[in-house]
Amino acid sequence: MAASLNPTASTHSVADRWFRGLTVAAAAFLVLLLLAILLQLGRAALGALQVFGPVLLTGRTWDPAGATFGILPFVYGTVLTSLLALLIAAPVALGVAVYLAELAPEGAKAPVTVAVELLAAVPSIVYGLWGVFVLVPWLRDTVQPQLQTWLGFLPVFSGASIGFGVLAASLVLAVMILPTLAAISRDVLLAIPRAQREAALALGATRFEMIRDAVLPQALPGIVGAMMLGLGRALGETMAVTMVIGNRADISLSWFAPAQTMASLLANEYAEATEELHLGALAFVGLSLFAVTLLLNLGARGLVRRVAGSAARSPGGAR
Amino acid sequence: MSLFRHRRLVDRLGRGLCGLATLLALVPLVSVLVWLVSHGARGLSFALFTELPKPFGEVGGGVGQALLGTGIMVGVALLLSMPLGILAGIALAEGGKSRFVQIVRFVADVLAGAPSIAVGVFVYTAVVMPMHGFSAFAGALALAVLMLPTITRSTEELLRLVPIHLREAGLALGLPAWRVTLSVTLKSALPGVATGIMLAVARAAGETAPLLFTAFGSQYWAWNLSEPMAALPLQIFTLASSPFEAWHQQAWAAALVLVTLVLLANLGARFVTRRARGGMAL
Repeated sequence: MAASLNPTASTHSVADRWFRGLTVAAAAFLVLLLLAILLQLGRAALGALQVFGPVLLTGRTWDPAGATFGILPFVYGTVLTSLLALLIAAPVALGVAVYLAELAPEGAKAPVTVAVELLAAVPSIVYGLWGVFVLVPWLRDTVQPQLQTWLGFLPVFSGASIGFGVLAASLVLAVMILPTLAAISRDVLLAIPRAQREAALALGATRFEMIRDAVLPQALPGIVGAMMLGLGRALGETMAVTMVIGNRADISLSWFAPAQTMASLLANEYAEATEELHLGALAFVGLSLFAVTLLLNLGARGLVRRVAGSAARSPGGAR
Repeated sequence: MSLFRHRRLVDRLGRGLCGLATLLALVPLVSVLVWLVSHGARGLSFALFTELPKPFGEVGGGVGQALLGTGIMVGVALLLSMPLGILAGIALAEGGKSRFVQIVRFVADVLAGAPSIAVGVFVYTAVVMPMHGFSAFAGALALAVLMLPTITRSTEELLRLVPIHLREAGLALGLPAWRVTLSVTLKSALPGVATGIMLAVARAAGETAPLLFTAFGSQYWAWNLSEPMAALPLQIFTLASSPFEAWHQQAWAAALVLVTLVLLANLGARFVTRRARGGMAL
């Protein structure tokens, strides 16, 4: 090798190997950390799992004093609020993404992008504060009475309007996941080749037809991926939900009723829990949350990559 | 002719709806900011930054211990996560397309998307239980776990932006590869890397959930890492959950301080990155 003519080559290669080893060790640490989290949560949940078995997941009674633990009400609360949030946020986010990727005039792009990023940067606790003092009173005094007047025959809009409950939590969650949905969807749209658009326009399509027929169908898997990532965020979101959901371990049809999510259960009870079984059941809740978001991430990233590939991530893209 | 009109109508309607959605999306942001300023500004005072919370009934008091606590814990978390994150980012950027790189990158993404409350539970079972008590160190550790994947991925992406010919020039001058990485690649990517770290810090400073059962919060000045410690988001939670009007007022003021810090970090990061990338938005 030519390098051996260099008198310092051997010191180079030793130092290089050390440095390389150091960086690879740091990268491997991340993998170890993930495994450690899974193992540690699994170990902590094991005791409760052995005692209760599948009832832990399907039981409807959560009674720490009576040492009975079933997390179904929290699973229900988590899934309901997250899906409602997605239902509310997805159309709006898609509109924002299409606007930013296809329609916005040059001067409007940067400010809107910054605003959406700031929406994502506001801490969860601040959305909680806003939820408690702005959103909940508005829902209680204006929105829920109106919904009841016009759509009160639907069971989801029945019951007393106290503001705190499923609807408030879903709305706060919708606001919080909207930036994620919008930003990733926009990246996906921008990754669709320009020629695709030009071809549609050349065939006489209006701009909306171009978006609907030539861009969105191709971008669909990526947009679905963005929604899965948003769903993952919604499932694990804690503070804002804890503050506005009312925290009651009930399964109620009404969206006005208080409920509780897996994350808000942890926020409310974990610091005070002392009994081994109670702690174990709570650790099981934490493990389930972690595992579900992991699976959602796994699926979502595959979908986003299929459309956007490295194009959306590369700085040379159409951003 | 009527078909044309119909199509034009649908076109305008569709485009209008997208614009409307964008306006709608910004309503909560505006509402949050307006409330923060209108309700928080009234509570701003010198004492807010320097004094301890007063028991209910006494006028005044502040959230000084929470600001200090956030500073200490985020600082310690930064010391723990920054070296690891930068090194891991280097490994990813220079590892080509190997299987190892793909796995680590995926793991980093998964960790970045992990619910922060679950990380809190992890640190509780791994640190708080064995040490028999809540501690600022446990809080800092939880924040570090949340910051590490963000720093890793942003470092990687910014290192990848450094043109290959800069590296080649360094190697051609006879520099060992590790020196090229540190003095050429990392150095030229430094503004961007610093930005990524700043964003991770901003996010960690606003985290509440992972601190609930690690740092736990405190109403007193605390310097000791082995004791419970207050944090600004935890303090806002305590104040907002109380039934007292005066405490709500203080919660808004504290939230205004927190959001100002976080948004300044974000805007600053944007500005630096834009310059680093030669006018390209993040």
